[in-house]
This record gives sequence, C-alpha cells and structure tokens, in this order.
Amino acid sequence: MEYIWCGIKEAFKIILSFDKEFIGIVFISLKVCFISTSLAAIGGVSFGLFLTRKKFLGRRFITTILNTLMSLPTVLVGLLLYSFLSRKGPLGRFDLLYSISAMVMGQLILSFPIIAGFTVASVKSLDKRIRPTILAMGANSLQEFKMFLHEARFGILAAIIAGFGRVFAEVGISMMLGGNIKGYTRNITTAIALETGKGEFALGIALGIVLLSVSLIINILFTQLERCPSEHL
Amino acid sequence: MIKKIITLVFVIEFAISFFINNIFAEETLKLATTTSVAETDVLDYILPPFEKKHNIRVHVISVGTGKAIKLGENGDVDIIFVHAREAEDKFVNDGYGINRQDIMYNNFLVVGPENDPANIKGLKSAEKSLKRIYNSKHMFVSRGDNSGTYKKEKSLWLKTGLNPKDKKWYLESGQGMSATLRMADEKNAYVLVDSATYLFHKNKIALKVMVEEDKKLLNFYGVIQVNPHKYPHVKHKLSQAFVAWLISSKCQKMIQGYKKNGYKLYYPAVGKLID
Repeated sequence: MEYIWCGIKEAFKIILSFDKEFIGIVFISLKVCFISTSLAAIGGVSFGLFLTRKKFLGRRFITTILNTLMSLPTVLVGLLLYSFLSRKGPLGRFDLLYSISAMVMGQLILSFPIIAGFTVASVKSLDKRIRPTILAMGANSLQEFKMFLHEARFGILAAIIAGFGRVFAEVGISMMLGGNIKGYTRNITTAIALETGKGEFALGIALGIVLLSVSLIINILFTQLERCPSEHL
Repeated sequence: MIKKIITLVFVIEFAISFFINNIFAEETLKLATTTSVAETDVLDYILPPFEKKHNIRVHVISVGTGKAIKLGENGDVDIIFVHAREAEDKFVNDGYGINRQDIMYNNFLVVGPENDPANIKGLKSAEKSLKRIYNSKHMFVSRGDNSGTYKKEKSLWLKTGLNPKDKKWYLESGQGMSATLRMADEKNAYVLVDSATYLFHKNKIALKVMVEEDKKLLNFYGVIQVNPHKYPHVKHKLSQAFVAWLISSKCQKMIQGYKKNGYKLYYPAVGKLID
C-alpha cells in the first residue's frame, strides 16, 4: 500500500510544481485531440444531419455501418493507417508515420462515426413535425440545416463531447501511429502506458488525474450549458 | 448539392490533417532504437548537444531491435540504434544500411529470485544456467518479440539444445525490456536482461543477479544509417553527422560518465575490439 501513497504524493508534487515534461505531455494530448475532434465535428455533424434529411436507398445500411464503427477498435485503425502511411504503403511519400498528422487522422476516423451516429440519434428524437413545418415555410437546404443544428444543439454538443472523450482516452492509435516520441507525440495515455511499464507510478498517476479532471470539467460545462435558458445559446 | 458539400468537407479534412505536421514544422531526424536504450534515459543525456549544434530535434522511436530494423528496411526512419550483431550485418549486407559503428556496450545478465530455486547463482556459463532453469521448471519470462535481447536469448537456448517454447513455465511478455523485467519481478521469475535496464530498476525490484561473467553475454549497441541510395528521402547528411557525434571522443566520454542511481550503465565502445 505504501508505494501507492508515495506515488500519489509524488504525483501531486509533479502537478503542483508544473513539471515541464508533465505540462508538455498534457499539452500534446489537448492539442492533438482538439484538432482531431474539431475536424471530426465539422464532418460528423454535417454527415449526421444529411443522413436524417431524406429517405434514400441504403440509408438504413449506412446508419448500421455507422453504429458498428462507433465501437471501432483503436488498434485496428492503427494497423490500417500504419500500412497506408509507412514508406512502403500507398501514402508513404508524404512522410506521415510517427507524426501528429498520423495521430489526427487515426483519431478522426475514430471519432467521426461517434459524432455522426449521436447526431443522427439526437435529430431523430426531435419533434417529427419540425421538418414539414419549416419546409412549408419555404426554407431552403441551408436554412433547414441551420434549423436542425439549432434544434438539436444539446444532442450535437453531447455527440462532440463523446467524440472528444473517446480520442482523449484512446491509447492504441497514439502508440502505433504517433510512436510515443518524447516531446512530440507522447501524450497522456501513451506516457501512462510507458511509465507503468517502467514501474514509475508518480508521473502516471499525475497524468491520470489530469485525464479524469478534463473529462470532469467538460461534463460540468456541458450540464451547465444545458441548464441555461435557450435564448443564451 | 449537399452530397457534394459533404464530400468536399471530407476531402478538405483529410487534406488538413496532411498538413498539420507543417504547422509544427521542425527539422527532425528519426531514430529507431531499442527499448533498453530509450528507457534508461541515456539519450536524454547525449542527444541535446547534438540537437543544439544542428538546431534539430531527434525523434526517438522506442521499439525492439527487430522492429527498429524493419522500420529501417521500410525507410520509415533515418537511422537505427540497435543491439543484434547478426541482424545488423544482414541489414547492411542487404543494402539497407551503411556506416555501421559500435557505440557502447554492457552485458546481459540472468537475474532471478533471491532464493534461486534453479540453483544457478554464480555460474560462469549462461548456457548452463538456462539448462538448470529448464530442468527446475521454474518460471522464466522472455521478451518473446524480435528484440535484441530475445535474439540473444534464442541463440543461447539453441546452444543448449533445449526448446522452452510452449512450456508452462515459459512466459512470453511481448513487451519492452523494463516492462518484462517488472513482470519477472512480480512473478518471481528468471529473466535475461541487459545490465543497463537492470541497474536502472535495481532499487525498486527484488530480483538478484545470478549469472554475469560470461563473454557470450557481452552486449554491443551499434548505430547504422539507412542507405540513401535505397531511400533518397532519408536525411543522409544529418544522420552522418549524428554518427560522427556518437563516435566522437566527447560523446564517448559522456557515455562513460553516464550514471543512474550511482551505477554506470554503458561503456564506450569506440576502439574496443569484439572477440
């Protein structure tokens, strides 16, 4: 038990002293996840709204695929992209393996279906009369898109948060495509994996605390937003 | 119309992620090395003077020797720093690498639980100790990957004529050297480990050194540039300068002076002949 206490004590020391390596790792995690989630949000939300817009052939099929991809194993994404990005692979000449680009791509693939899938679900839970009403009022596609974006905003925000949570906590893609390079692609999760393997718990625990706090903060912000009167949004 | 927009968004997104690297542009050198070197922090000590002088960053990718060589063969890195002489020579002979240099050395150790159930403590022969471990059926943790340590272990087993694979007491961790050593410590098992990794962790684990005095256990780390004729994109000049730095007397002295927990982990290899 004692060494766990020591680890926790050390962890707080690291956090409070703003240890340079520690801050760097947290910053890398936030940076990469922010970029990948923003990209996935733009694409995923538009795609989700498009899917719910009209009935067309294969829509149910696409939705099923989307739901399946929501539980995509990270190592599979890693494996797939690795084979594409290696010098021997079709995208090899762009020199992307073991870089932030590669991590972003992997995380984009990971969070896109989650954001799109949750967007579909949130739009489906809205009042069915919205669409015929606004169409009868003569809305064009852009106005229709905006309207749904507004009506389903909480669901969409939840979708984006879910996407962010997924990429922020994943380790497979970061390890396989980022390569855990110190000061460049070593993020919170890969650092924890490494430190635990080395038996150095302090930095691992410190990073774990950050990992949890970020999720907590985001969720508090979200519930606060939900409580606000709608005019403020 | 909307279909077009969505396709466009898709394409733009992937294009953006292609260029994200350029935002954080830095001149870099990609170095693939073994987990034993990367996890004993020696690179944190000998890289900065080189990085400062050439104003670049060395990106260290920590994998087993087998994987490091594979990365070199695919042209995914500029330079490799590994420890498996046979595989290194093959890498050079097959035309993937040039300018191989010995940089530093230490030795492998057989470590195990203090009560020594296989009775190997103090043996002068690694083979004999493995034979006794085999007969005692006491647990042994192997890397089980393609790392330099695993290659060494395999060659030792081969010499004993025994095959521990698929035995109940023979575990393959499939992880880096530190993690494997830790696993052996948790399981009170025997393990073959390089002395740098062992000394790095010595204060925190219970395993003790059993066998060390065997010439066959010497462990040389060599650096090899990836052949620019095979892969024109590799940073030949920089990696050449990197090798020159590693074999320079200044860096060799730094390696000599590098200590962790009061132990010397590596010895400079330049000028030292291998038997």
